[in-house]
Formats: sequence, C-alpha cells, structure tokens
Amino acid sequence: MIECKNISKTYKSGAAETKALKNVSFKIKEGEFVAIIGQSGSGKSTLMNIIGALDVPSNGSYFLDGSDISSLSEDELADIRKKKIGFVFQSFNLLKRTSVLRNVVLPLIYEEMDKKKREELARKALRGVDLSEDHFFHLSNQLSGGQMQRVAIARALVNDPAIILADEPTGNLDSKTGDIILKTFIDLNKKGKTIILITHEQSIAEYASRIITLKDGEIIEDFDNNEKSKLIPILKNK
Amino acid sequence: MLYRDLLEETFLAILSNKVRSGLTALGIVIGIGSVVAMMSIGQGATADITSNIQSLGSNLLIVSPGSQGGVGSNVRQGQGSAQTLVLSDSDAIKENISSAVSVAPTVSTKKQVIYKTNNTNTSIYGVDAEYLVIKNLEMEFGNFISDSVKRNSRVAVLGPTARDDLFGENVDPVGESIKIDTQKFTVIGVTQAKGGTGFGSSDDLIYIPLTTAQTYFTGSEVLSNISVQVESEELMVVAQNEINTLLLERHKISNSEEADFSIMNQSDIMDTVSSVTGALTLLLGAIAGISLVVGGIGIMNMMLTTVTERTREIGLRKSLGAKRKDITMQFLMESIVLTVVGGVIGIFFGWAVSWLVGKFGDMTTVVTFSSIFLSFGVSAFIGLVFGYYPARNAASLNPIEALRYE
Repeated sequence: MIECKNISKTYKSGAAETKALKNVSFKIKEGEFVAIIGQSGSGKSTLMNIIGALDVPSNGSYFLDGSDISSLSEDELADIRKKKIGFVFQSFNLLKRTSVLRNVVLPLIYEEMDKKKREELARKALRGVDLSEDHFFHLSNQLSGGQMQRVAIARALVNDPAIILADEPTGNLDSKTGDIILKTFIDLNKKGKTIILITHEQSIAEYASRIITLKDGEIIEDFDNNEKSKLIPILKNK
Repeated sequence: MLYRDLLEETFLAILSNKVRSGLTALGIVIGIGSVVAMMSIGQGATADITSNIQSLGSNLLIVSPGSQGGVGSNVRQGQGSAQTLVLSDSDAIKENISSAVSVAPTVSTKKQVIYKTNNTNTSIYGVDAEYLVIKNLEMEFGNFISDSVKRNSRVAVLGPTARDDLFGENVDPVGESIKIDTQKFTVIGVTQAKGGTGFGSSDDLIYIPLTTAQTYFTGSEVLSNISVQVESEELMVVAQNEINTLLLERHKISNSEEADFSIMNQSDIMDTVSSVTGALTLLLGAIAGISLVVGGIGIMNMMLTTVTERTREIGLRKSLGAKRKDITMQFLMESIVLTVVGGVIGIFFGWAVSWLVGKFGDMTTVVTFSSIFLSFGVSAFIGLVFGYYPARNAASLNPIEALRYE
C-alpha cells in the first residue's frame, strides 16, 4: 500500500541546508496501525507531509497504491489527498461557526457529490465515531475537545480514504479524552482502515501494532508491537 | 466544486462577518450610487439643452453677421455685433431660395421695460409674422404680430417670463400699455411657455414688429440674424450652400473664406452643445468614478485581511483536496458577490438621489439603462480586479505552512 524507497528531504534556507530525512525506506501494508515516533527535529513531520501527499521528497520514490507520486504537480497531489488520505490534526482544524455536519461534508464538496448523498455519508461517518445525532447541527465551537476531535476523525473518514493520517491527535486533549480518541482509532483499524499515527510520546505509540522510531532523519527502529499492545488495559476492558 | 456549493460557501463566509462585509459593500454602494446619480445629472442637462435647441424650430438655418474667422482675421467679433446683414438680404433669400419655406429676419436689443411700478431689463426682438411659424410659438393670450399689423406700430407680444415680471403670474395683460425704453407699447398677446432656462429660452423676452424695432431702437436696416426654415432635412445642405452663394454675391465677396456672415445649421449647434454636455457628463462620471475606485480598494483590503485570517482554513481545505482553482474561485466569488450586491444597492441609491435632485434641485435628471448597465458591469469588474490578487495569494499558499499558521 505504502512504499518509501530511499526518501530524502533537504530544506534550503539561504546557504544553509537542513537534511530532514536521510534515505528512509519502509513499507506499510493495508490494514496496519503504525505509529511514527520521534522527538521534535527527528523528521517525523516531514515524513508525515510526504506520506500525506502535502509535499514531495527531494530524492527517492514514494509509492501509494502502486503508483509513484513523488513527482506530481500541486493539483495532482490535491487529487491524491482528496481520494486517498484522511487527515486528523492536533488542533482539530474545524471550521468555526459552522455546523458539525457541514464540517464533515466539506471533503465531499470538493468531490462535487450531490447534497443528499454527501449528507448521508457524513451522518454515517459521525455515527462511526460515536457522536450522537443531537450534535449534528451544533456549531463546531460549541463542542468539547474530544467531540471536536471525533468530528475531525469523521471528516477524515467521510470519503473512505485508504489511509488515516493522524498528527498528534491527542496533543490538545486530556489523557482520558485522549484514550477515547485512541480507542476510536483502534476500532477503525479493526474495521480494516490503515492508520498512521504521528506522535512524540511513547505511551501513545504503544497503542499501535507497529512502531517506527525516527531520529535525526533516519529510522532507528521498526518494531512489531502486536504482542505488547494486547496488554494495554483499555483493550482488556473492552 | 459545484457552483451551487461555491455560492453557498460564499454567502456563509460573507454572513459570518456581517459588519465588515456590510461596510465594505457600502464603499461600493456609494461609488456606484454616485456614478449613477452624477451621470443622470449630466445626461439630464444634455436632454434639457437638446430639447431647448429642438424647440427653436425644426430644419433651421440661422444666418448671423460677422466673419467666420478667415485667413488674416485672428480677431473674431462678438456674434451679432457686426453690421453686415440687412433686411434686403432677408428679402433676397425669400425670393431666390426655393427650398426656404419661411424666412424670419430678426433684430434684437436689450431694453428697460416698465409697467406701472414694475420694471425689468429684457431682450426686445423685432420680428415679423413668420417668426411664429419658424419657432413653433403658441399663444397663451391674444395674437402674435401678424401681417395685418401696420408698419412701425407700437404693439408688443410678451414672453411668459417677461409677463410674470411685469404683470404677475397668469395675468392676461392684453390691451395694457407698457413702456419700452421711452416708447409706449400696447400689449397684444402673450406666448406660451416653452420651458427650459438659460440657453435657447424663448420665455424671457418681448416681441415687437421688425419695422418698429428698426425705427425706434436700432435706427438702421441692420439685422441681428435671419432664421430660415428649410423644406426638409435633406435640403438643409443645399439650402445652406445656396444662401452662402447668394449672400457672397450680394456682399460682393469673391473669397468665401472672407465672408462677413456665417450660416449655422441646427445640427451644428446640436453637435457643439452635445460635445460640451458629453464632456460634462464624462467629467461628473469620472469624479464619481474616483469613489468607486476607493470602494474597490476597500474590497481588496478586506479580502487581504480575510485571506490572512483564514490561512489555516485555506491549509485545511487544501489538505482535504481543494485545488488552486477551488481556492481562487472561493475568494474571487466573495469579492464579486460583495461588489455586485453593493452595485445593485448602489444603482437604487443613485436612482433615488437623482430622483431627489430632479424633484427638489430644479434640475432635469435622466437615469438611462446604459448608465445602469455600465455601473453594474463596472462593479462586477471591480470585484474581479480587486479580488483577484487576494484570491491568488490564498490559492498559492503552501498547505503545510498554512496549516501551521498561528
């Protein structure tokens, strides 16, 4: 599903060059739940931008669903994002003063889907993240943090993308709400969604079934977490 | 993005900041409104003057004394001050020019006129019966000077304004006597008002028989001008040339550039006047146009602020798959909708202002469809021009940086 081959990314500012990624290679299969972990400056944000088709690598190839997208134009990348990737951000990025339903519908507006069909899909996605119907017409800024993040996840799910890309999704939430959000990801993963979680906290990465650790732009560890994650209490309680 | 969705997004965005959108649109309302109002005043003045000229009579040629400013005569004399046109010239035109239906020789002078304690200083026109026909005059009271009026008889026909000044409004003064300069005259009629003020007004004057005017006031055969009504519009040029040849011959002038008279054609007057009023309309429109440009800058300012404020939203939309075109259209549509809505309100506002000016300002105002279409087009164009730069800025934002923007 995802294959990165010798990916490098170099930022130039003036004469100084920063190598954010150095020869990174890995594969992610369909249905995996992968955490990419690293301290700030490790290159995890750069990697997320490339995986999320927001940016292209300076060198190397990135295959998404078998096609090389490492040299596409801006608008072609937008098309890839629209069809294949669902983003979940640390700060939710919901449209303020806009209803929950309209926020979730937003990606489908760019797909030029008709109104009735897209609202149906939005309702389904919202039910999928356990948000009650009463909230559908609330304005996004009237919700709690956890609710907002669930709306954001519903928005990421609504166009049925191949990958959910979550960038520090619990960073702005308390640990209890964070747990609920992470549990939502585990549920989605069980339903077959590929999930990539970017974080700097080991405790959050532990929820994933595979942990890729980045340091100074290189992968220093690629760890199968399957056995261990079964021990996480929240899963045992389920 | 579907157009319906685009419009929905646009209205949601505009309504989410009502005060700011309203104030920005107000700039356009005032701009478009003043263009419509100013153009209506300019076009009203044009219509006014045109109808005044038309009220002079149709298919009219006016022969005036004085040179046409030929070679070697840099100094032009004031019109009517030269004394080269005489009554026999008028008689010759009447006899020799077959296409001349009526010929009306006129002398004019300005005199003090007195009735009891009222007095006014007004134009005295010495005319004959044909003048009535040529100038399309109609009578309110009494009769005009006719062929049965004896030579040198001291009778006068008043224009309505002169009547108002001397006798008061709506009074029938027929049979009363007035004093023009030192001579006593009997009033035999009052003409109907032809409307209009200033140039071409035939309301503020007094008509007396031509012979009387020449005997008592000018003391010579000299005429101020000769009005010639031509049979049809097609014959205007022919008649003008024939009169020119005839008068050159009579005045014994071989070089037509040294002619001591000039012939004005009604359409010449109209051309001159309409070029002046056209310039006036353009000037008024241009002054109002400045406020429209200022309004446009207001739109651009607001859109730039909006784009900055909504940087994260733009980043989000891009991450959800919005293309450059989608973002450009979204912001362009906002500015176009603002200016078009402002423009439509502005048209009504300008219409109302021009109506008020027409009603209370003693001025004719004309709102034409062309000025409405023009302003509407201009407002949409302004939305496009002043909205394009902010929209392009928005579209060219890098999604990664936009999402990180605080």
